[in-house]
Amino acid sequence: MTDLTNIDELINQRLEALLPQKLEALLQAREEAKTPSLAIIATKGTLDWGYPPFILASTAAALGWDVTIFFTFYGLQLVKKDLSDLKVSPLGNPGMPMKMPFGPDWFKSMNWNIPNIVQGNVPGFESLATALMQQTIKNNGVASLTELRELSQEAGVKFSVCQMTVELFGFDHNDFVDGMEYVGAASFLPVAQVADVTLFI
Amino acid sequence: MNFDKELDARGLNCPLPILRAKKALGELTSGQVLRILATDPGSVKDFVAFAKQTGNELLSSAENNKEFEFYIKRK
Repeated sequence: MTDLTNIDELINQRLEALLPQKLEALLQAREEAKTPSLAIIATKGTLDWGYPPFILASTAAALGWDVTIFFTFYGLQLVKKDLSDLKVSPLGNPGMPMKMPFGPDWFKSMNWNIPNIVQGNVPGFESLATALMQQTIKNNGVASLTELRELSQEAGVKFSVCQMTVELFGFDHNDFVDGMEYVGAASFLPVAQVADVTLFI
Repeated sequence: MNFDKELDARGLNCPLPILRAKKALGELTSGQVLRILATDPGSVKDFVAFAKQTGNELLSSAENNKEFEFYIKRK
């Protein structure tokens, strides 16, 4: 009887000493074998806000991650066939520097503080700001949204589109690029549930 | 250093150098080396992270007159 108690005690002691190490090693092996995943909800449809979802998705795919983007509300603009009509609005956006993408350096570094009341009343102000931003993007060797979107799709990023907002805004599936999956919230949530990183943009 | 393929990513900005490098590495076989030239200062840390995540080995990283040069060995 005493022998058995001793054996039990010994086993317990050994287990306590070995188990944490063993578990640590097993968990680490599982962590390393796992493919990381990223789930993004893209809700904005402007030239500037179109960038974060596609930059992060294409980069994550290049790192070998599984990536899904769920496009909903104004984010639907980002999967339209033609992205050339996306605009950026400096109106009510005090964080946006207004700088000129041409001219001598002293001119380019000037920040044009234009009051909202002027921005809102000058016809074509938004188009002007958009043209200036497109030029700045080009000058800086930043990819176009179309290029980043193509690279994302080539790299296997899954595009899910919210069917409810497609109907709400009167879009047609023909308005969008190929390779879309038209789904609802119930399809996205399980994807987000198991994703390592989930972003609402 | 010897290399099997070269990628000129000068003038390109985040995330293009990484995306182009990933593509170029895909065209190499295991053990072959890719030389990358870049001007994006962010790429210095980005290629370290890229190598760590993808298992491709960053053999060297150097700066020369605001230009960056990387050698990556395909996994």
